[in-house]
Amino acid sequence: MSEFLAMGGYGAFVWPCVGLSFAILAGLMLTARRRLHGVHRQIRHRNVAPEEGAWELRVSRARESRA
Amino acid sequence: MRLPNWLHKLASPPHFYRIAARIEPWMLGAGLAAIAVGTFGGLLLAPPDYQQGDAYRIIYFHVPAAYLAMQLYALMAIGSAIGLVWRMKLAYAIAAAAAPVGLAFTGLALATGMLWGKPMWGAYWSWGDARLTSVLVMFFLYLGYMLLHASLEERSTADRAAGILAVVGVVNLPIIKFSVEWWSSLHQGPTISRLAAPAITWDMLWPLLVMIVGAVLFSLAVMLTRARAEVLLRERGARWVRDVVAVGA
Repeated sequence: MSEFLAMGGYGAFVWPCVGLSFAILAGLMLTARRRLHGVHRQIRHRNVAPEEGAWELRVSRARESRA
Repeated sequence: MRLPNWLHKLASPPHFYRIAARIEPWMLGAGLAAIAVGTFGGLLLAPPDYQQGDAYRIIYFHVPAAYLAMQLYALMAIGSAIGLVWRMKLAYAIAAAAAPVGLAFTGLALATGMLWGKPMWGAYWSWGDARLTSVLVMFFLYLGYMLLHASLEERSTADRAAGILAVVGVVNLPIIKFSVEWWSSLHQGPTISRLAAPAITWDMLWPLLVMIVGAVLFSLAVMLTRARAEVLLRERGARWVRDVVAVGA
């Protein structure tokens, strides 16, 4: 097991790549779902403030308020 | 120039929304399954490389990310071009949905490339290398597209301005692709080529192919989810959108 984790001495380079890849995949999936649900919510309740952190939703809302 | 009928039908926002909602879970499931199989094959089953040892296993994450970074840029540019020429809203929505996914994969390709470069070249980065620098330019093109799109008040103006940037930026794609052949580069040549035999054995190749298929399916699923959100925002006054939102589809 420790031999596998060591990756022939390159573990410090291989494992961060694996971790980063899965973190980005998870982040992409979660932000896409969150955005779709946020848009649903935004359309359903036009006066409810978009969720904190949903940057794109805040942009679209700002666009709406300026229009 | 007129669009073919089937494209006209697909370009109808409610039609696209329904099809996307139907195929997205299957794409996501198949993509995640392929990524799991590819990761298992790449990290556990594939033999170590005779020169790079186990460090080469980074290829199973770096190559799919780099491949998608370029393909998604091409998709974003094609969507923008169709939007600019035929004023098709759906094409702009797809371009806007592709940008953040492409940006993430470009960032991942750069990060994994740097982590691979350190043990192989002795440096995380080289400004003199055309492949590295041109991929970094693509990262900034994605970022520029997203910032320009978000900064303009009118959505139609934002679509057009960001679309022009995406189309102009296409010139960078052949530079990325052929940089390792045109200039002397630290970066190795292509591992898989349409014209030549693969540079690695089948034991090493199959997990890479599975990872690429998985990453393509996964990114399409994520992009379809984002495109559905874009379509809803752009069509929010339409009756079909109120119906869709009411049932939470």
